Amino acid sequence: MGINWLKYSAPQAFYPLAGKLIPWFSVVAALAVAAGLYIGLLVAPTDFQQGESYRIIFVHVPAAWMSMFLYVVMALWAAFGMGLNARLSFMMAQAIAPTGAMFTFLALLTGAMWGKPTWGAWWVWDARLTSELILLFQYAGVMLLRTSIDDLRRADRASGVFALVGVVNIPIIYFSVKWWNTLHQGASVSMTAAPKMAATMLTAMLLMTFGFWMYSVAVILARSRCVILEREQLLSWNKPASMPDAVEVR
Amino acid sequence: MTRPGMWDALCGVVRRDLLLAMRRRSDAAMPVFFLVIVASLFPLGVGPEPAVLRTIGPGVLWVAALLACLLSLGRVFTADYLDGVLEQMVLIAQPLPVLVVGKVFAHWVIAGVPVVLLSPLLGLQFGLDGEAVAVLALSLLLGTPTLSMIGAIGAALVLGVRGSGLLVALLVLPLYVPVLIFGAGAVASSLAGVGAEANLSLLGACLVLSLFFAPWATAAALRIALE
Repeated sequence: MGINWLKYSAPQAFYPLAGKLIPWFSVVAALAVAAGLYIGLLVAPTDFQQGESYRIIFVHVPAAWMSMFLYVVMALWAAFGMGLNARLSFMMAQAIAPTGAMFTFLALLTGAMWGKPTWGAWWVWDARLTSELILLFQYAGVMLLRTSIDDLRRADRASGVFALVGVVNIPIIYFSVKWWNTLHQGASVSMTAAPKMAATMLTAMLLMTFGFWMYSVAVILARSRCVILEREQLLSWNKPASMPDAVEVR
Repeated sequence: MTRPGMWDALCGVVRRDLLLAMRRRSDAAMPVFFLVIVASLFPLGVGPEPAVLRTIGPGVLWVAALLACLLSLGRVFTADYLDGVLEQMVLIAQPLPVLVVGKVFAHWVIAGVPVVLLSPLLGLQFGLDGEAVAVLALSLLLGTPTLSMIGAIGAALVLGVRGSGLLVALLVLPLYVPVLIFGAGAVASSLAGVGAEANLSLLGACLVLSLFFAPWATAAALRIALE
């Protein structure tokens, strides 16, 4: 409605927009995470089987969801970049990878912290744990491939192809608890059936997920601004404000 | 004058790559020797207990086969990339994925088939019985083409990149995990007496999927590398 969205596919238009949006997303993320932690740690009832240790799922499940979601978003941006030849898309894909890797690591770490009291082991070679570990390797591969190639255009495209190939793993992670009947418990929340947990627990989990999502947006926007500055430092719009006529001087 | 068809192009690529490999037999034989040596190190390192060897055998042999395949990946495209043949392949009027299938098939004949043929001998080293040895050879027969297919994507992505040998391992090994799990699982379930059909079917599914998708991904990666 009157807003030309394509305008913001140009880095010089996107840069100030991202700058304006970051505080909003940050505030929403902080509020949602605070509310989610309050309900999850103080309001939600104690689990009758697992005691208090179950409360780590309020970090674990949202982190695991975000790790898969961000991978798909990263692959989508890379696909957009290759299909539409838009350089901002690749910058977004580049900005997403570290945050996705961080959430994957967080999911594995919190899973280990939960597994020790519940299963009696930090780590088991269960299908879901293994496929999530492979996701971490894939994030590492995407980032390594990008930094190993000096030519920026090729680095973008090559890591994009690798990211797209790795999307195969996402349904494997998601359905692993259904396909292989191993130690990791099945999904407690699904779109089709009533959730198998108390309403307060579900509220806390969804609030945390929303908070993590908004946090990801804020961090990715901030990182994409850095990427833009780094990549476009020779373009005329991207001169320091203190020396507006730097090009003429040189 | 009739233009050569897709099939001629495919056969031509396979024939050329096999011929080149036959001219440098020692190059092609090295990964296979690597496999034999790695597989022989485990009984020395772990100890000659027949029960232990039988348990670790399937996994060790599959990991060794995986590493042997990885070692030979650099040869699929590098030489053609350096002398410009690859550029001509991208330019000719045949679909690039078809040529990729030819190159990958040649790689499998050079690096995969010897592994399949040697596997019964290596299986005996680990005290596997007759049926398990047969399942091992069958699982490798179904699995090694998948390894070549997936590996070609990685090999194309890292063409001409510094440190490409290590990088291709980091990219490709995580993608090899399903094949490793199903392949070693087939032998292990045959040893346990459950029957290997389920795992072998999954290996076949992996092969079909990679045959369908990997040539396109490899062709896209080659075009990116040659831009």
